Amino acid sequence: MKSVEIAVVGAGPAGLSATLAAAGQGASVALIERDEHLGGQLVKQTHKFFGSARQEAGTRGVVIARRLGQAVREQAGIDLRLATTVLGYYSDKVLYLEEPDRLAKLQAERAIFATGASERMLIFGNNDRPGVYGAGAVQTLMNVHGVMPGRRVLMIGAGNIGLIVSYQLLQAGVQVAAIVEAAPRIGGYLVHAAKVRRAGVPILTGHTVKEAVGEEAVEAAVIWRLDEQWRPVPGTEERVDCDVICLATGLSPLGELMWQAGCRMAYVPELGGHVPWHDDDLRTSHEDIYVAGDASGVEEASAAMVEGRIAGLAAARSLGHDRDVEEKLGEARRELAALRAGPTGEKIRRGLESLRQGGDGR
Amino acid sequence: MGPEGSKPKTVICRCEDVTVEEIRKLIEKGYQTPDEIKRLSRCGMGQCQGRTCRNLVLQEIGAATGREGKDIPMSTFRPPTKPVKLGLYARARAEHEGGDDR
Repeated sequence: MKSVEIAVVGAGPAGLSATLAAAGQGASVALIERDEHLGGQLVKQTHKFFGSARQEAGTRGVVIARRLGQAVREQAGIDLRLATTVLGYYSDKVLYLEEPDRLAKLQAERAIFATGASERMLIFGNNDRPGVYGAGAVQTLMNVHGVMPGRRVLMIGAGNIGLIVSYQLLQAGVQVAAIVEAAPRIGGYLVHAAKVRRAGVPILTGHTVKEAVGEEAVEAAVIWRLDEQWRPVPGTEERVDCDVICLATGLSPLGELMWQAGCRMAYVPELGGHVPWHDDDLRTSHEDIYVAGDASGVEEASAAMVEGRIAGLAAARSLGHDRDVEEKLGEARRELAALRAGPTGEKIRRGLESLRQGGDGR
Repeated sequence: MGPEGSKPKTVICRCEDVTVEEIRKLIEKGYQTPDEIKRLSRCGMGQCQGRTCRNLVLQEIGAATGREGKDIPMSTFRPPTKPVKLGLYARARAEHEGGDDR
């Protein structure tokens, strides 16, 4: 059986950064990615990142993916395994892998799970009609494959994803009928909201979708208002003509492998749902397992990249690769704290605090 | 609208075609953990292995019982994380018996 010092699962922003950090310390690393490309969700992010100078501010996600991917391919000591899915983690530190046409095993002294998150579905009438999409699927169709998802979209969710995807739809020549948001206020950055509003797209807060209309596919949506207790108000129904209902209603961390491995999991709504308990080094309650990126709590890609670096450095240090490691870790921790400072980081700070309250996790 | 005259259908588990009404009925009967609901309805046992419906089921249990997500016990997670063709395992076994333990 092949063995490696560190296995990184997932080649999105967190996994790529973890791989580079660990390999940079001299550790042997296997990077395992289900998809055929590196970059994870970054490859569909055609917008420029902002907010943080040191985390590629002003650069488009797809360019960041290319840069990190290039660096991983050029770095020595990385065993890159694309189109490979991790099926299980066993107590003898063995990962079971599904390669395109065979099963393989890999022994790893440490594992870093950077498995990301999945899109949240929403409960409403006829929610299985063709034309109901997740925002990630819309971005994949439009930004990766150049396919228009439809002609007129109703966007559900005014967080950053809903706002940014709405703007990208407009740029692609697709109409956006409205953005509907259940909360009383817009969740995303106001600079994004202002852009779509200037383009004439109404943002309806305190509203949600009641049902999709259409026999074979979506022809319209019925929306209605929510009261202060988030209960729908009968009689406020309105019909919105559209052929796509796009759900941008949040993400849930993907922790299956860590549940399997016996990591202590906690339910923290601020972090998106169930996440593994972890310390400042991103180490879970299982001493051989680290976590990074959305799998540790849903946050932005800029934070995922720094978390990846921390996990990669800390995992390498635990195997004796400790050259300048404290200095590098200190720098990364300061960057992460800076990203989470201010009002936009309030939710994540509260989530992490509530995660740590459960003791040391061991 | 759904088929002629019927109420719109609200799907909670797309893989196994389970509706929210079915889940609510089970909760009403006293099946108030994801595990019980999974065993009775197959909700979460399909292609996506619950990645879509898991949180919706938690949300429904929470709404009906007033319990918070952290107080609802989750089902057990076992390998494999996704559906796999049996042929892969058969081939792995054949390779293993042939002494090729890669």
